[in-house]
Formats: sequence, structure tokens, C-alpha cells
Amino acid sequence: MALPLVLKTETFSLLGPMTLKAVDGEEFVRHGWPPGRSVLLLDAVPEDQRSSLLQVPWGAVMSSKPSEVSTAAPVLRHPDPHQGVRPGDIIEVNPDRPMLRVLYRRGDNGNVIFATERCNSFCLMCSQPPREEADEWRVRQNIELVDLIDRDEPSLAITGGEPTLLGEGLVDIIRACGRALPDTDLQVLSNGRGFADSDLALRVRAVSHPKLQWNIPLYADVSAIHDYVVQSASAFDQTIRGLYKLAEAGQRIEIRVVLHRPTVARLAGLARFIYRNLSFVRHVALMGIEPIGFARANHAALWIDPVDYQGELSEAVTFLHGNGIPVSLYNLPLCVLRQDLRAFAARSISNWKNVYLPACGACSLQKRCAGFFASIDKKWTSHGVTAVVSEGEAP
Amino acid sequence: MTLFRPREAFQGEAGYALLPFQFRRLADDSPVLLTNDAGEHLWLESDDFLAFAQRRLSPVHPSFWDLESRHFLARKGQPLPLEAMAVQLRSRKAFLFQGPALHIFVVSLRCNHSCRYCQVSREADGPDAHQFDMSLADASRAADLVLEAPAPSVTVEFQGGEPLLAFAVIRHVVEHLEARKAERGKQIKYVITSVLHHLDEDKLAFMAAHHIELSTSLDGPAEIHNRNRPLPSRDSHARTLAGIAQAREVLGPHAVAALTTITKESLAVPEAIIDAYRNAGFHSIFLRPISPYGFAARSKRTDYSVAEFMGFYRRALVHLIRVNLDGYPMDEAYAALLLRSILTPFGHGYVDLRSPAGAGFGAWVYNYDGRVYASDESRMLAAMGDETFCMGSVQDSYEALLTSPAMQLIASAAVAESIPGCSTCAYLPFCGSDPIDSYRRQGDVIGHRPSSDFCQRQTAMLDLLFGMLRRGNPDEMAVFQSWVRRQSLAAD
Repeated sequence: MALPLVLKTETFSLLGPMTLKAVDGEEFVRHGWPPGRSVLLLDAVPEDQRSSLLQVPWGAVMSSKPSEVSTAAPVLRHPDPHQGVRPGDIIEVNPDRPMLRVLYRRGDNGNVIFATERCNSFCLMCSQPPREEADEWRVRQNIELVDLIDRDEPSLAITGGEPTLLGEGLVDIIRACGRALPDTDLQVLSNGRGFADSDLALRVRAVSHPKLQWNIPLYADVSAIHDYVVQSASAFDQTIRGLYKLAEAGQRIEIRVVLHRPTVARLAGLARFIYRNLSFVRHVALMGIEPIGFARANHAALWIDPVDYQGELSEAVTFLHGNGIPVSLYNLPLCVLRQDLRAFAARSISNWKNVYLPACGACSLQKRCAGFFASIDKKWTSHGVTAVVSEGEAP
Repeated sequence: MTLFRPREAFQGEAGYALLPFQFRRLADDSPVLLTNDAGEHLWLESDDFLAFAQRRLSPVHPSFWDLESRHFLARKGQPLPLEAMAVQLRSRKAFLFQGPALHIFVVSLRCNHSCRYCQVSREADGPDAHQFDMSLADASRAADLVLEAPAPSVTVEFQGGEPLLAFAVIRHVVEHLEARKAERGKQIKYVITSVLHHLDEDKLAFMAAHHIELSTSLDGPAEIHNRNRPLPSRDSHARTLAGIAQAREVLGPHAVAALTTITKESLAVPEAIIDAYRNAGFHSIFLRPISPYGFAARSKRTDYSVAEFMGFYRRALVHLIRVNLDGYPMDEAYAALLLRSILTPFGHGYVDLRSPAGAGFGAWVYNYDGRVYASDESRMLAAMGDETFCMGSVQDSYEALLTSPAMQLIASAAVAESIPGCSTCAYLPFCGSDPIDSYRRQGDVIGHRPSSDFCQRQTAMLDLLFGMLRRGNPDEMAVFQSWVRRQSLAAD
């Protein structure tokens, strides 16, 4: 089911980078996307309609036989008519590169607005290692992207890098989302540090996005551990003060904790700290680690088999739940969770990188199980992975 | 990988600063309880406590991170957790943003009872007794003061005497407030404190229409209740039970709450009192010691010591926990509110146990004669000839009442954090100041903690609860948590 997000292509008479909504005739008619910002998927158009549709001033036309297309618009080679680009998707093309990037997959549960490669932290388990770049262009591209996203998209995440490094640019993107997609849940994955000593939270409040949530990671109740995990002195202090700034600005906040050896040690203390000091948070997500990026380099420091931290996990979950703070478990397969914790688990891994293991074939819980990240290998696989076969639950 | 720095690189400098805390030993050889203004607490073994206080506790000590997390210490070179502590303090003192939110109307002094321990003054009912009812003009004016108070949601409580004997005044106040509350953006909860002997269909229909709740007195088994609350007919208990049933039928099963006053006779029978509440269908009991005011103060026969009360209370708590474990949920209201302030980040806000004091700052009493008092106790003092805590009359402005000499006097002793004996007490975050009690018992609003009954009882109560929390018996903890969270015990 997982479709690649970067595809080979060839461009003809493309003058500059473009962000384009992929349409066929039906999609164009039904949703009325501006043709200048759309790419017509010619292969999907019946033969008899092609010549009339080619009269429309498209932003670009995509075909598996680009040499046969007669149009004034730039032409792109369609990488694979069956699964490469489909109506509703949004692509980015650039005349300098023989590649196209899929920025938005219609129907995918993990669509993101990628804010920046830059980050002010350097987390041991970062799945998206940061890079310095000049990223002003991303603000413009993301605002264009937002205009082309399906109006009925249920939810989007703004991610990075650290989105708040865009400053006012991030506020502009959030504002664009609020205007174009007022019914879409918008989650921003931020470390919150950028709010501590700025008025960014107030500027975000002024946008009044109706469905905005900040997902902020906190890895311990004490600075020594949190700062070690994010590899930045003072990060804990800044994140805590950032959380208070956001709360004061009336923002909705989720706390995210990635579970690995350094964070598991203080999990109960962290749960108590959240309840006592951050009782305004709407949700706490305790998340299994994704074995990709920096995590792979830090296996020795990070890896703890989830079956070996069920006690700590249960204590934290029971405490938060009992005190009325909603709590969920992400990215953890049901078979490694203690019975009392399974009700808190969610299917959280984006479709495109979600896999199951051979053992899962015989499991009666697979349908509601988060499964695994596609990057999993033996080193990152719990000894507790097994098919759960229970009565009354057919595989 | 050289890209990443090891754990040690983030430990910071060696050493730490102590943040403000109080401490207490429950017994000579017991661990030390530490608390702070954020409302956090933590236990340390005696040796560790000394090491901690002398700033030589090792950073790898198992309690070190808990001490840091709960704001008892700040590591050298790290910023002080001022925002977190301020947020906790603000949550616990949230009642301060409201101003007076409890408004008590003494609609009449008339009463049919002649209780030996009556906390309030009362006048026997009779043909001339209407002079002891609140006038409708004063009632209107008092209701306007309620609307002037800044609190967005207020509780209006009708007391007496027996307030049902002056139901016309209640009706008048409720209608006055209901007609005006929307324009003032107020939510108003009504409670009538009554023995429930004078209910009728009309009154109940009015209560149902305005969601009025009832609070009654039930002292336990019939023998004790009837002895405490004499009527010529000697049937006070039966009539109160009948009133409870009548009210529940019309107003719903949760519309009636009950308080019990513990007299000398009660001390021997805590189990019977709790069972009587259970049999009457109550899920909460408030075991109040007798008050030193009103008629109670004049009778030597009713007196008992704090130690005697605590002996009773301990037995009661053991029995109550058993009742809960047997499947009947019932809390002890006072323990529940103290536990809530210990185990949650939120203050209990209980008006009789606040710092700054609840008197005047959290509650006003409008007496039948139009005078305004800072608390029930203040008007009892007035009935005994001492008008020290009279704030003024309903004719005065809201500002004049709040800045009256009575309020200035209360304010001077209202902040427990600044009172000798309180400011260094480990139980300060969970306790409060009661200047009027100090004045009454010790002749001075600040008072003297070591000889104060109020302090002795508070200390004993919190010693008891913290001792149980320290032991951590799973059954007891499960019951406590169900009280704190107002949930039934999880069946497992």
C-alpha cells in the first residue's frame, strides 16, 4: 500500500519550480482547482476528451508519452501511471532535477507540511536529522501547498526540523491553513523552545486557528535527562517556559514522550510532573521509537525492549488516566503491551511506513494493532513480538 | 559517535541550592516529610534529610531527581523553576481571583429546636417571632450585593434558625436573583440548610423549579440525634429522615446532603453513626467536631479534647474504609478535601480552611437584621455582644464592606504564610488561617499556635492522613483515590 514519495520524472519546457495539484477531467470539474496550478494527468483522461481538455491553460501536463503531447504547457513524464501520481495528489517539480516529490497524498493518514530542515535541538533518536538551509522559500511553497490540499482533509501536521525557527513564516502558514482548511485538524510538531523568550505564542493566538494543536516533546521531569536526550543545554528550561507561554495564549497542547532507555527511567516522575505542573495539557502520547535517522546511530544508548519497561509504562499510564489526563500509546504493537495497557494503544504509524512482521499473520489483534515502522530490523524488534490468538477475535 | 555528547555533559555543575521548604517528623525515628508552597511533598529518611539540608546529598541518590522534580532543590547553574512554582501556587490559590463566592442569608432566627450545641443563636417560634425574620427590603439589598461580587459563579446558602420557617424570604431572594443574574453573567447555586421538618409540596415545587439543594443535620442513630436535638415531641430524627425522603422524591436522590455534629455522646459510637448514614442512603459524611460558639460554648457538659475527637475520628475512618471496600462508596468530606489538596495540584478552596482566610474574603453572612458579617462565627460573636467582625450593613456599598475595619482586622491575620507557627509548618500548604477562631478562643486574631485547638486538630488530622499515605496500604490508598477523584472504587 505504501507509495513512494520521490519519483523519477523528466520535465519539458518547465521554467521554474512549481507546486501542482494532480487532476484528471473529473477531478478538475468536480473541485474546480485553478488550472494554472494543476497538472493534468493525461493518461487518466479518455482518448476522446484529451484534445479538448488540452485547450485548458494547465500549469503542466503529465503523460507517460510526453513526446506525443501537444500543448503550450510544460510537460512531465508520468513515472508510473498506476501508482506514481494520482488525482488529488500534490507534487513539486523543479527543472533542475529529474525528480518529482509528492507533497500530499490524497487519502493518506500521514500528510505533513514540512516547515524546515533546520533545528535547534539534536535529539539522540531524531528520525529526520536536521540540516542547515536557507528555508524562506519553504514558507511560500507551503502556503501554495495549503491552497491545493483537499478541503475535507481530516488532519495535517506541520513538521520539520523545528517549525518555530520560521518565526513569522510559521504564523503565515498557520494563518493560511486556517483560511483554506478551517475544518482540518492542524498539529504542529515543535519542541516549544522558541516560545520561551519571544511573543510568538501571542502572534499565534492572534491567528485564531480553530483546530490547532501543539505536540511538544518532554523527555523527563529533570533537565539533565531531557537536555541529554535533545543534546542541548537549557532546552528543558526553555521548553517548560515555552509550554507556559502557549498555555497562557490559550493554545491546545499535547505532550509527546518517545520511550527509550533514557526516558523510561523517569517516566513515573515525568507523569507526576505533567499532572502537577502542566495540568492544562489535553493529551499525553507515549510513543515507541522509530528506528531511523539518528536513532540507528545511538542504538546502544537508546534501545530497551518494550517488554522490559511495561512496569514503568503501566505506572505512568495509570497515574495520568486516573487523574483525568487523556493518555495514548503510539507506535507500540499490542503483543508487547501488558493487557491493562492495550486499551490505550492507537494505530499511529502513517500508512506509507507501516508494516507487520511474519508473526503477525496468525495474530487476532492485527486489525487494531499499530504494527511496526518499515525501518524495523532485528536489533529493534522486541522479544515479546508474537501472534496473539484469543477466542472470539478472528485473525 | 562524536556527533553526540554523553549524559555527563548535561549534568551541569556539582552542587545545588535549597528552595524554600517546610518539614516535619511524624515520630522520632520516622522519615521526614518535606512540603513546599507549590503543594508538593516528599519523604526522606532522616540521614538523607540531613545530607539534603546540608547540601551534600549526592546527585546519584535515588531521591535527588524527585527533589529536583518537586521543586525542593535547584541544581547549580540551572535556572530556578520559578514559572512552574508560580503556576502551582496560582492553581492552589485560584479562589483569590473570585472574591466572596459563598453568600449566606440568615433569613430568620426562628427555630423549633433547642439544641444543646446550637452554633447559632435562635429564638423560639411564636406569635411575635416574626421580628426575627429578615425584612424583604434588606433581602433585596443583600441580593444586590451578591450580584456585585466579582465571582462568576456563587453559592447562596439560606440558614437560620430554621430557614423553612421564613420561606417567603427565601422565595423573595431567589426570585430577585433569578431575574437579574443573566445580565450580570452569574451562575448561582442555592442551598437551604434545614432540619427538613417543614417541607411541603409548594416549597418543594419551588425548590425543584430553581434546582435548590438541601443540606441537613443528621447526627447518626436516633438516640443520639434526638438527645442532641431536643423537641417536645422527641421525634426530631424521624422527622428529619421523613424530610430527607420527601425531598429526594421530588428533587432527586442527590439533592440532600447531611452534616453531623460530633457531641460527647457521639464519641463512643463512630461505627453506628456511619452505618446510620449508609442506611439513610448518603454517600458522604462530614464528621465535624463541636464548635465553640453559640450555645455550645456555654455548656461544660458538651466539651471534649482534641485527643478524644481524634480517637473517635480514627475509628470512624477505619470503619468508613471498610464500608467502601465492602462496596458502598462513602467519603468523609473533611478527609476528602484535605487529601485532594495533598494529592492533586488544586487547592481544596474550602472556605473554612484557606489562606488568606475565607472569612470575608470568601464568604459573607447577611444576618436577619441587615447586618453583614465575615462568617457565621462572626455573627455568633455578635449574638454574644461582640461586634468586632461586623462588616457593616446591607445598606453599605460592596467596597465599604470589603474595606471595613472588621475586614482590615481579619486581613492583618489572614495569611497563614505570615503567621508565627504557621509559616514554618509542614502542613501550611494544606491548611489555612482562621483569625476569628483565634480571636474567640485566644483573644487575638493572630493567636498562639501551640495552645490552639484549631491547630492541634489540623495537625492531628494531617498527621493521620500523611501517616496513612506513607504506609501506602493498597486498600486504603484505593479508597482515598476514589474520594480524591470522586469515582467509585474500581472493581478488580
